Amino acid sequence: MSRRGAPLAALAFGALGVSFMALPLAGLVWRTPWSAVLDELRDPVVTTALRLSLVCSLGAALVAVMLGVPLAWVLARVDFPGRRLVRAVALVPLVLPPVVGGVALLLAFGRRGLVGQWLDQWLGVRLPYTTPGAILAEAFVAMPFLVITAEAAFRNLDRRYEDAARTLGAGGFTVFRRVTLPLTLPSLVVGAVLAWARALGEFGATITFAGNTPNRTTTIPLEVYLQLEAGRLDGAIVLSLVLLVVSVGVLVGLRDRWLGQQ
Amino acid sequence: MTRGFLVLSAAGLMAASCCAPEARSEARTVKVAVAASLTEAFTALAKEYETEHPGVRIRPTFAASSALAQQVNDAAPLDVFASADEESMSKVTVAGNALDPKVFARNRLAILVGKGNPKAITSLADLAGPGVVFLLCAPEAPCGRFGAAALEKAKVKARPASLEENVKGVVSKVALGEADAGIVYATDVKAAAGRAEGVDIDIDGDPALTAVYPIALTRQADDVEAASGWVDFVLSERGQQTLSRFGFLPP
Repeated sequence: MSRRGAPLAALAFGALGVSFMALPLAGLVWRTPWSAVLDELRDPVVTTALRLSLVCSLGAALVAVMLGVPLAWVLARVDFPGRRLVRAVALVPLVLPPVVGGVALLLAFGRRGLVGQWLDQWLGVRLPYTTPGAILAEAFVAMPFLVITAEAAFRNLDRRYEDAARTLGAGGFTVFRRVTLPLTLPSLVVGAVLAWARALGEFGATITFAGNTPNRTTTIPLEVYLQLEAGRLDGAIVLSLVLLVVSVGVLVGLRDRWLGQQ
Repeated sequence: MTRGFLVLSAAGLMAASCCAPEARSEARTVKVAVAASLTEAFTALAKEYETEHPGVRIRPTFAASSALAQQVNDAAPLDVFASADEESMSKVTVAGNALDPKVFARNRLAILVGKGNPKAITSLADLAGPGVVFLLCAPEAPCGRFGAAALEKAKVKARPASLEENVKGVVSKVALGEADAGIVYATDVKAAAGRAEGVDIDIDGDPALTAVYPIALTRQADDVEAASGWVDFVLSERGQQTLSRFGFLPP
């Protein structure tokens, strides 16, 4: 729609809406101690948290892709009873408070958890307070972003391409690998990047399930919270700025694809 | 249905905001800023006091001492400040916003272990044992500072599995069995009775290991008579009995 055609009131309310979103971010930028940014970013505590955040969020995105893409394909293509329920379960972390997710993970994968007790007894694997635990917590919260994107991609794909491949003699997996995957790849990448960005900012589930262990589970969001608690406002602001820049960068890069239009 | 619910909650909010000032004018109210670790004890104290003084209402606000000190210094409408450490109280007295703090309680550190103490932990040194998962508060919280100091004092080099953001996080995870032990306050051990057990820490009874709780009237206390009546009650024999019931030590 052209700008000229928009009613003035709609523009005014739109401006109000965007200010509501933008002002807190502006506050963060306004209060940033620019002269101290480099020093803060060189602080070993900060570099450790940054490195750990990168490792955990990439790990979580990988887990989300490996588990989420097959799930999304099944949800999009296989008609089975209870599909809506399965989809709801797969997407529940989107609306669940992350802290609740952390408690649930603890009760499932903790040392005394539903599954965790057997992991501990049989394999000697304990997830709380470890980096794999932090990856698991982030993947739990981030995977729905991939599933929802991938399912839509599989659903919107013109199935005649796949049918054509099949009539030419390709097997099920070959069709997926040679036709479905290449055609949906852009959307899958978008889903993976969204999941990665969500994982990068994950706080509640991580601190609840994986705890706060420097060098193992203390990611950037946890460090922001701890710095704030300790009264180190400058450090908290600089780390917040890092997350803000990444988030805005990701959304600016993906927006059009995410909305499916220009 | 959702809409009905929204309307109802909006109406509820409006009702709450419209009538609060009226309710206040009926009774004299003492607004008390209370450290989070005093939650259970001060709730009980307030109930006792209100029963004895029907005309006075005690309205506590529970939060971290450091946050409360900030609020008092920002001239929040708080009549009394009960802090969990002298550091927070001195931030307020130095700024001239509270007068003459008095210590009304002390708290010891203790080791919290799971029910039945499955790892047979009897001292801080046992925390360094093989396969013991133990938790400490983050250094930002007083319990983390005290805990780290205790370990240092006892010359124990044990690595905590996690630095929990507050003491109740340590309690929950030990009670859940996700950790074998944690350093908490003796009052937390008492509050967790039935879910976990406590082990006393003994390093020659060093006072550095005890948290000190001061209480004071703030400068903006408007009903000084009612506010100091409440402070006197906390310091009185009766108040002290209640505090000790929750595991606090006398000042």
